[in-house]
Amino acid sequence: MTTTSTDRPPVPRPARLPSRGGGRRLRLGPLPLRYVAAKVGGAAVSLIAVMLTAFFLFKILPGDPVRAITHGIPTSPEQLAHLRHQFGLDKPLAAQFGDYAVRILHGDLGISYQYKTSVAGLIGEHLWPTIYLVGTATVLSAALGLRVGIRSAWRHGSTGDRVNTGVALALWSVPTFWLGLLFIIVFATGIGPIPGLFPTGGMSTPGTEGFVAVLVDHLRHLVLPCLTLVAVIYAQYVLTMRASLLDEMGSDYLTTARAKGLRDDDVRRRHAVPNALLPTVTVLFINIGRVVSGSILVETIFSWPGLGSLFYEALTVPDLPLLEGLFIVFSGAVILMNLLADLLYPVLDPRVRT
Amino acid sequence: MTAVTTAASTRRIAWTRRRRSLARFCREYAKSRAGMFGLCVLVLAGGAAVAAPLFISAHELSAVYAPGSPLRPPSARFPLGTDGYGRSMVAVTVWGARISLTVGFLATFMSIGIGTLVGITAAHFRGWADTVLMRVTDWFLVLPTLVLAAALASVLPRGVTTVVVAIGVTCWATTARLVRSQTLTVESRPYIERATALGAGHWHVMTRHVLPNVMPLVLAQTTLIVSEAILLEATLAFLGLSDPTKVSWGTTLQLARQVGAVSAGDWWVLLPPGLAIAAVALAFSLCGRTMESVLNPRLRERA
Repeated sequence: MTTTSTDRPPVPRPARLPSRGGGRRLRLGPLPLRYVAAKVGGAAVSLIAVMLTAFFLFKILPGDPVRAITHGIPTSPEQLAHLRHQFGLDKPLAAQFGDYAVRILHGDLGISYQYKTSVAGLIGEHLWPTIYLVGTATVLSAALGLRVGIRSAWRHGSTGDRVNTGVALALWSVPTFWLGLLFIIVFATGIGPIPGLFPTGGMSTPGTEGFVAVLVDHLRHLVLPCLTLVAVIYAQYVLTMRASLLDEMGSDYLTTARAKGLRDDDVRRRHAVPNALLPTVTVLFINIGRVVSGSILVETIFSWPGLGSLFYEALTVPDLPLLEGLFIVFSGAVILMNLLADLLYPVLDPRVRT
Repeated sequence: MTAVTTAASTRRIAWTRRRRSLARFCREYAKSRAGMFGLCVLVLAGGAAVAAPLFISAHELSAVYAPGSPLRPPSARFPLGTDGYGRSMVAVTVWGARISLTVGFLATFMSIGIGTLVGITAAHFRGWADTVLMRVTDWFLVLPTLVLAAALASVLPRGVTTVVVAIGVTCWATTARLVRSQTLTVESRPYIERATALGAGHWHVMTRHVLPNVMPLVLAQTTLIVSEAILLEATLAFLGLSDPTKVSWGTTLQLARQVGAVSAGDWWVLLPPGLAIAAVALAFSLCGRTMESVLNPRLRERA
């Protein structure tokens, strides 16, 4: 959490004079082309690395598929050779990987063992519920986490700060799935005097009709999974925001701003926070990996029909083509988010452009 | 003869200095209340795990001949109730510490080992080795750990060893980054140049000069990774990727979900293992953060 802040140039930006119009203007110059090209190139290399890993993980590690298919069936060496040729297994490894990469780039992720349909289609079907859940949770936890983090840092050492940091650390240490299970027991099954307030799982109750009823039903299903996911990712936002704002706390430009007679709130909002926001934005995007892991567990527990529960089902079988496809999609999402963060940097902070 | 005495006395000087800095470290550490709290919890959990066979017999943990009936609420005989097989939750939770802590530590050693090796190698040799290794590290850093670990565990044969390998192989990237930057600072100091001038080889510099200087930081990192590893072990076990016959906190929770304890509202099956995981993970991160702030003065003002 603290490593992010050390990558930054040590010289703080001089205090920005409040512009005459009163509104804040982001100077959106064109991004340097070389910067963009370098970042996109890096992402492409990462993507190749993902495919290489998937190839190694799912094609090499599990052993010879021909041996698995013909297991227990008497086969002659010629037949084995024929099968190997048919699957392209007699080619050198580099050529096999080439075929594999071309196939994936065409969107062909193979056929699921379990569903007997194309993996790409399955992933497409389950994509939206996940984006919906993860998006809502990310927005909520970012809004909440940044606020709390800023408050904590501004009054660091106070009781409120200590409580907030403690809560964040505790949430950080709690296993996601366990928290979800507890939420189910307390809020869905009901315990003691508390009645079951929310449904235990799924995305909607079948047979609900009418726009308002469907909407309410839908939101009721969203509450618990969303809450669990927020609890998981919230901690990191609080701690990062707090740490990076604390880094700015002693800076001269804040003293200058105060000396100008700005109110404490203004010093925080207009001067300190914009400078401290950069590492937090990084975390916000890089964190997507953690969110993906969180969504696997949360969706499994709450039977949310997204990619996460698909991953869990694939694990239990184990359905290797489906696992492989999901592995590529999850890792690809992380790479994409990192690329977005890299491209967003120079927009937020002109120092990065040089 | 003079050579022998100087060697012995330099060693003595080095050891005195080390002892003194260790004492200073302990004093600084003891000042932190959070750190001491974490340490107490860890000693308690470790002690319980080691002493468990003294007061829990194998019979009490047998799934077939369990001492009680399944999913009973807390009573005089079973203070925390019974699990899905009818075993006492107290026994299961205490016994679970053994596998959870063992896996946590083994996986951490593996990942710390890989991380330190990669970090020192990259920083010592620089050049293309550094570029390639750091590219790989960065890549492991962004990859969703759980997805990779779960995929690895599902491809390899199931069992506790697989879980250790899966966690160890996926969690080393932060350590590698940290060790690399520390190695770079150490290697820029004049005494490394002096050692090289006296004829020290790569191996000597890396093991005799760089490693001892990197070690404290690595130790702090270790405690932080252990908490991550314990959480990941519980998660993988919960996803059914560990050996279900071995009692750990994760498998206990998995069993609870399988037998429908969640929808029945049997809170006593869920609370003990979950709280145990959270307490131990929190204790390790408190210790790690305290060590980090003692070792890194830049962080000290924040604590």
